[in-house]
Amino acid sequence: MITFVVHVENKPGVLTRVASLFRRRAYNIESLTVGSTETPGVSRMTIVVDTDDEGAHHVEAHLYKLVNVLRVDNVTARPNVIRELTLIKVATTAGTRPEIFQLADVFRARIIDVSADSLVLELTGGTAKLDRLLEVLEPFGVLEMARTGTLAMARGEGPGRTAAPQARATAAAESQDIAYSV
Amino acid sequence: MTSRRLTGAQILWESLVREGVTCVFGYPGGAILPAYDAMLDYPIRHVLVRHEQGAAHMADGYARATGQVGVAIATSGPGATNLVTGIATAMMDSSPVVCITGQVGSKLIGSDAFQECDITGITLPITKHNYLLTNPEDVAATVREAFHVARSGRPGPVLIDMTKDCQQRACDFEWPEEAPVAHQRPNLSPGDAELARAVDLIHQAKRPLILAGNGIIASGASDLVRRFAEHADIPIAMTLLGIGGVPASHPLNLGMMGMHGEAWVNTSIQEADLLIAVGMRFDDRVTGNVKTYALNAKKIHLEIDRSEINKNVKVDAGLVGDCGQLLTALMPRVERGNHAAWRAHIDALKGDAAVRDIKNLPDSGHLYAAHVIHDLWRETGGNAVVVTDVGQHQMWEAQYYHHDQPRSLITSGGLGTMGFALPAAIGAKIARPDAEVWVVVGDGGFQMTMAELATIAQEGIDINVAIINNGYLGMVRQWQEFFYERRYAATPLTSPDFVKLAEAFGLTAARVTERAGVIPAVQAARATKGTVVIDFRVEQEDTVYPMVPAGADLHNMIRRPSVLAETGADQ
Repeated sequence: MITFVVHVENKPGVLTRVASLFRRRAYNIESLTVGSTETPGVSRMTIVVDTDDEGAHHVEAHLYKLVNVLRVDNVTARPNVIRELTLIKVATTAGTRPEIFQLADVFRARIIDVSADSLVLELTGGTAKLDRLLEVLEPFGVLEMARTGTLAMARGEGPGRTAAPQARATAAAESQDIAYSV
Repeated sequence: MTSRRLTGAQILWESLVREGVTCVFGYPGGAILPAYDAMLDYPIRHVLVRHEQGAAHMADGYARATGQVGVAIATSGPGATNLVTGIATAMMDSSPVVCITGQVGSKLIGSDAFQECDITGITLPITKHNYLLTNPEDVAATVREAFHVARSGRPGPVLIDMTKDCQQRACDFEWPEEAPVAHQRPNLSPGDAELARAVDLIHQAKRPLILAGNGIIASGASDLVRRFAEHADIPIAMTLLGIGGVPASHPLNLGMMGMHGEAWVNTSIQEADLLIAVGMRFDDRVTGNVKTYALNAKKIHLEIDRSEINKNVKVDAGLVGDCGQLLTALMPRVERGNHAAWRAHIDALKGDAAVRDIKNLPDSGHLYAAHVIHDLWRETGGNAVVVTDVGQHQMWEAQYYHHDQPRSLITSGGLGTMGFALPAAIGAKIARPDAEVWVVVGDGGFQMTMAELATIAQEGIDINVAIINNGYLGMVRQWQEFFYERRYAATPLTSPDFVKLAEAFGLTAARVTERAGVIPAVQAARATKGTVVIDFRVEQEDTVYPMVPAGADLHNMIRRPSVLAETGADQ
């Protein structure tokens, strides 16, 4: 699995362009999340792709060919934090409820809703931890499950703030680290 | 800066004129009417096409003939979808084209209104980028950016979809004088270490080859490639789209590689110990089976599009950047070379091929396409701009017309679009009115876009058309002959009387059925003002040799049959 953090211009159709690229080049998206960033006009995508290092180079090169893409960071091999949130609705009886509470405690999941015959757990963490909780709840009867997909961020200084497109390009043009455009 | 109040339609033309546009190819309709109305007040030549596909190909031909951006314009819905084949053609061959389409009013978008169609959605994977404009305020900056995107880096097509109200509404017009600075990319130019690695590979090579593609023409690096090859004494093989990038008459130019490349070229590639690929992308028509492709060779790839490096063929040194700049950086580091033994070896490979060549055989009375192309080359002194379609005639043209100038062969390579030639030639002629332009086209492809003969007549275009008429969809028939036991499914082709047809359009026409008639017909066409259509009735079941079957090893070519050579020797 390769995890990319991709900064894009917040314009209509950008998500389609990125998704279409993966489809056209036959790469499987494992998870994709989009949201706003610290910079107005810039959105941030975390994309987890089922590929190897060689595929990752190609994906990065192709992403850079999209006009609206500002920056691509492959954070897979870097020190990073990866988080995902899940909501799981699990069937309960008076008998099983205490056991599920105990499991929730072990996983540090929060119980956010309790009904007569079900309850809803919320858990944040790495993908493996979420998978594991789901696994142990399965015997009780998982009624519904929703996951947000992965968010990733490099630890420490990381790649830093992403400037707004115009300011970024102007700064880059002055610093001569531009070879060609698009 | 003073600003004026103009409609979106007026701003479109103000912007196009400022980008240097003098001619557009298009077809009007409801959603683009405001733009057409405004056009009358600007110094723009509009060429009315007969089908929007023709408009896209004309803009493409215009771009390929000069390197300048070609512009096509169409209305919404069917007008826009008819452009699609032309846009995909330009995308595959990296041709800078800007397409402008009308769109229904912004309030109607999404309502399935009359002639509404999501053309930005449709063209998303076949454009470098596209835009949907709903505000006149955005028009000037978008046109500026669109032209920049179309011609920068690896060129390609860009589409601008403008809603009708965007064209009609007025706003203050200010032209952004500064070129757009957004969308810049990190500098990936190779450093000293990467250049040194490439130079080492070049110095170690005993059997090096340069593979030159479309990129050397797009970059304007033709002379640099030639000088580099001369300096390092390295023979050059051309891709189909690279043809003309290095003069065919240059002693280091071996000719075309790939599926229908000459045997000595493909054999040289398989025997080489170094390939220096310049502005080409190792297309499957060039490599054959990649698992057995040039296994003896180290590979250096000079390429502006980083995503092409290691895509089809793994390379030992990938240098990202404009090929002209990269060659300029490499040249002073590379020592003068001498590969006389290698060149002599390649020369020896040629001898065998020459006796199999149809043009060296005695006249059997039959007319072969190779004869037509050969004579056309001789009569035009190799100086014509030849625009070819797709199929057998395209390969024969590439083999038998020897191009010495960049941009003198215009053909659809990547997408292989039949119907490309006639409209693309119209665009090329308008871009270069002083050039002699010939269309070489099959009877199949010609009928796909022959309605553009009316455009030729209306616009007074002076080109000549050589129809290589064999009564078959020849290249498909050839595959059926080789791979489908001569079961000719849907390849025999009945055509109208092309002479009468051309005359009906008000053009001059002639028919040639024997070899002796070729040169007089070509001479007459060249002496005639206006477009002449010549119907060359050639051998029906002629075959393009050599041929590397799709997916086969590059060295396992189907050669020209030796029986031809024996027949030649007997007489």
